[in-house]
Amino acid sequence: MPLYHNDDQAMLADSARQFMAEEGNIAKQLRHYRDGNCPDGFGHRLWEQFGEMGFTGILVGEEDGGLGMGHVEAGIVLEEIGRNLSPSPFLTSSVLAATALGHGSSDLRGRYLPGLIEGKSVFAVAIDEGAKHRPERIKMRAEKSGNGFKLSGQKDFVIHGASSDMIVVAARTSGSDDDEDGITLFAVPKDAANMSHDAVRLVDSSVATHTTFDGVELDGDAVIGEVDGGREVLNAMLKAGRVGAAAEGVGVASGAMDMTVEYLKQRKQFGKLIGEFQALQHRASHLYSEVEIARASVIKAQQLLDGDSEKADLMASVAKAKVSQTAGLAVREGVQMHGGIGMTDEYDIGLYMKRDRALSEFLGDAYYHAGRVAEMSGY
Amino acid sequence: MPDLDTFRQETRAWLEANCPAEMREPVRDEGDIYWGGRRATFKNDAQKAWFDACLAKGYTVPAWPKEYGGAGLAPEEAKVLRQEMSRINARPPLSSFGIWMLGPALLHFGTEEQKKHFLGEIARGEIRWCQGYSEPGSGSDLVSLQTFGEDKGDHWIVNGQKVWTSYADQADWIFCLVRTDKENKYQGITFMLFDMESEGCSTKPIKLISGTSPFCETFMDNVNVPKSYGEGLPAQVGEVNRGWDVAKYLLGHEREMISGADGGNTGTIGAAMKRHAGELDPVLRAELAMFDVDALAYGAMGEKFLDEIKVGKAHPAQPNMMKYAGTELNKRRHELMMSAGGSRSLEWESEETSGGKPSRNWLRTKANSIEGGTSEVMLNVISKRILDLPGS
Ligand SMILES: Cc1cc2nc3c(=O)[nH]c(=O)nc-3n(C[C@H](O)[C@H](O)[C@H](O)COP(=O)(O)OP(=O)(O)OC[C@H]3O[C@@H](n4cnc5c(N)ncnc54)[C@H](O)[C@@H]3O)c2cc1C
Ligand SMILES: Cc1cc2nc3c(=O)[nH]c(=O)nc-3n(C[C@H](O)[C@H](O)[C@H](O)COP(=O)(O)OP(=O)(O)OC[C@H]3O[C@@H](n4cnc5c(N)ncnc54)[C@H](O)[C@@H]3O)c2cc1C
Repeated sequence: MPLYHNDDQAMLADSARQFMAEEGNIAKQLRHYRDGNCPDGFGHRLWEQFGEMGFTGILVGEEDGGLGMGHVEAGIVLEEIGRNLSPSPFLTSSVLAATALGHGSSDLRGRYLPGLIEGKSVFAVAIDEGAKHRPERIKMRAEKSGNGFKLSGQKDFVIHGASSDMIVVAARTSGSDDDEDGITLFAVPKDAANMSHDAVRLVDSSVATHTTFDGVELDGDAVIGEVDGGREVLNAMLKAGRVGAAAEGVGVASGAMDMTVEYLKQRKQFGKLIGEFQALQHRASHLYSEVEIARASVIKAQQLLDGDSEKADLMASVAKAKVSQTAGLAVREGVQMHGGIGMTDEYDIGLYMKRDRALSEFLGDAYYHAGRVAEMSGY
Repeated sequence: MPDLDTFRQETRAWLEANCPAEMREPVRDEGDIYWGGRRATFKNDAQKAWFDACLAKGYTVPAWPKEYGGAGLAPEEAKVLRQEMSRINARPPLSSFGIWMLGPALLHFGTEEQKKHFLGEIARGEIRWCQGYSEPGSGSDLVSLQTFGEDKGDHWIVNGQKVWTSYADQADWIFCLVRTDKENKYQGITFMLFDMESEGCSTKPIKLISGTSPFCETFMDNVNVPKSYGEGLPAQVGEVNRGWDVAKYLLGHEREMISGADGGNTGTIGAAMKRHAGELDPVLRAELAMFDVDALAYGAMGEKFLDEIKVGKAHPAQPNMMKYAGTELNKRRHELMMSAGGSRSLEWESEETSGGKPSRNWLRTKANSIEGGTSEVMLNVISKRILDLPGS
């Protein structure tokens, strides 16, 4: 398959770009909900519109009422989310949770997917336990209890945790903390007793939770996939999520770059447009080159994932690491080349910097994923 | 759309039957590369057998049309062949500036006769070409070149000096930028083809920091270049005084080639360095990991670039981006390989290092971001043609 969008994908990209520029733009979404101190950190109306556009069910199989498309298509929506810094539960709900639910029973799928597709339900995933992404180690316990399980422990930095109708939770049903096996995934409904959220607002205005499970009782049918066999589902979910986060990151990087290049063509100093200074031209051109390469790594990872290739895991980490590095460069150069105005809250470039920080951390930063690349390569 | 699965199966079987085991090993030295030309000899039987097999199938230049010596492969087929060759580490059967640079320019600008004649020679490895662009006073600012061709009716008398002409001392013919109108900077250059054995044409090798001497000073002292080599065979490509267009077009292909977009520049190194060194310093391991991320991402970029260029989706200035990124990456690769190799890689002549391969290769890569246009010039072009920045 060639590494560019086919005609259908190009059409989707056009409509996603237009829709997001109109409805998902920074003034209408990010600033609006941030300045209004919205406890969710995102707007539900836009999420419903995602449903109307069909975006919400892109990765959901047709038999479950979704579009049955792939990661290239999901990435198209994510890139526009990134470009517009749109606060949206798309990545956690329509990519991560939807991938997990794809491995779930028909009962679970029937319970949760219709709400997702309509843009009514929001889902979160609770994997991390601590400030760094370290899914190899899962401490949180789920003990057998009657017909079901009892969850105890804490999950950290659950994005949209308090706003979600359901949280996919990775817990340990056997073995010790660092074991590969013995993980089980649960679909924990919003109103589960003994689950409490401590919400924290992050630098990019998104809201995450430290979520405590103090003996949360769940029926056996809350299990996604096999008991003790959750690692496989978790890995599938992480692969999808990382490639998705990378696609969003490409949007953040190109949004920041475009804004900066535009600024270089408008701002005058020393009687010239600052874009005439070679010192800035070369940095902008280097950035362009990095963004192009990052975008290529993402579409490669998407295609490998859609083709169920065994190389997808490696490329997912390559893409996540490369995009984190590149988007970081884009926002740093962006703020610097804007000069003083880049430091102001009124100007948008700083918002890109904040979003990049949070997105790069999500599901593993560049260092984590470069380390994975080394391990997978045998050193 | 050709049936690619069938083509892949056929290609695999054909390679299995025709590519000798010796031709599936990494290139170790200059002799392992077959350049063709009047004075060419094969290093061994395997090299000759591989060349002959490819020649018969049109695989010395697989994507060129059959009538010019190629196999007429569609872009997707050429990609499959490239993938299958790289899967078994098959060496290129023939390497040459004719294939990488002059060929594409002739395919685009040449007359039918020129294509038949010169492309055929290139495909068969009969004539080895060199590139006469740079001059002592004209490097990055190539268009200021001074080598002059005086119009004498049915021929030109060419005088001047070229420099950094790679392999000029081993080349049979030169494609040479010659000023034919002193009044017109851009529209006063002619893209000429002539025989290096012409009287008055001489070369003097220049030694590189890597200790080898693959480039030369090239002198033209009253060289007589006939305006025509026969019916439909003018000595220039494109029109007289319009050689700058040809020169730039060719540079695009040269930059694409140096960029290693075709997979020549995607190799990761961490695992190999670990095998060599036994143990890696943790900070070096981290650097290697970051490098491998970039190398794998660049590999995807190369594939995307080639896919897009085939269907006209790539920005026309994109080869400049590829050359910039690819050559900087390759320099970084060799820096890390030197560090991982430690003192062993400093050996300049030892047998263990096959005559100082690590250090010589490391030094050679420094030219990558100079030859074919420097990194700074690539960034200038991106600024101007892709980002549309003012005043560049
Ligand atoms: C937090 C903060 C506090 C400040 N406090 C004060 C204060 O108390 N008093 C005060 O007077 N000022 C203050 N400043 C202003 C500060 O001095 C200016 O922001 C600074 O001089 C840059 O000018 P500028 O913002 O107009 O950017 P510009 O000059 O417009 O620069 C934009 C970009 O172009 C680049 N650029 C400009 N010219 C060239 C060139 N010739 N070659 C290459 N690149 C070039 C710059 O490096 C920058 O990256 C403050 C700024 C900040 C951010
Ligand atoms: C190994 C090797 C093989 C070569 N083979 C050939 C060959 O076969 N045929 C041939 O014709 N040529 C060949 N070249 C020559 C090559 O194309 C030139 O070296 C190159 O174009 C740079 O020109 P220069 O060496 O004169 O450097 P200069 O142009 O003098 O550049 C010196 C420095 O100034 C920088 N610079 C120049 N202009 C600008 C600008 N506008 N903005 C910012 N920075 C600038 C450059 O980037 C460089 O860092 C070869 C070179 C090498 C190293």
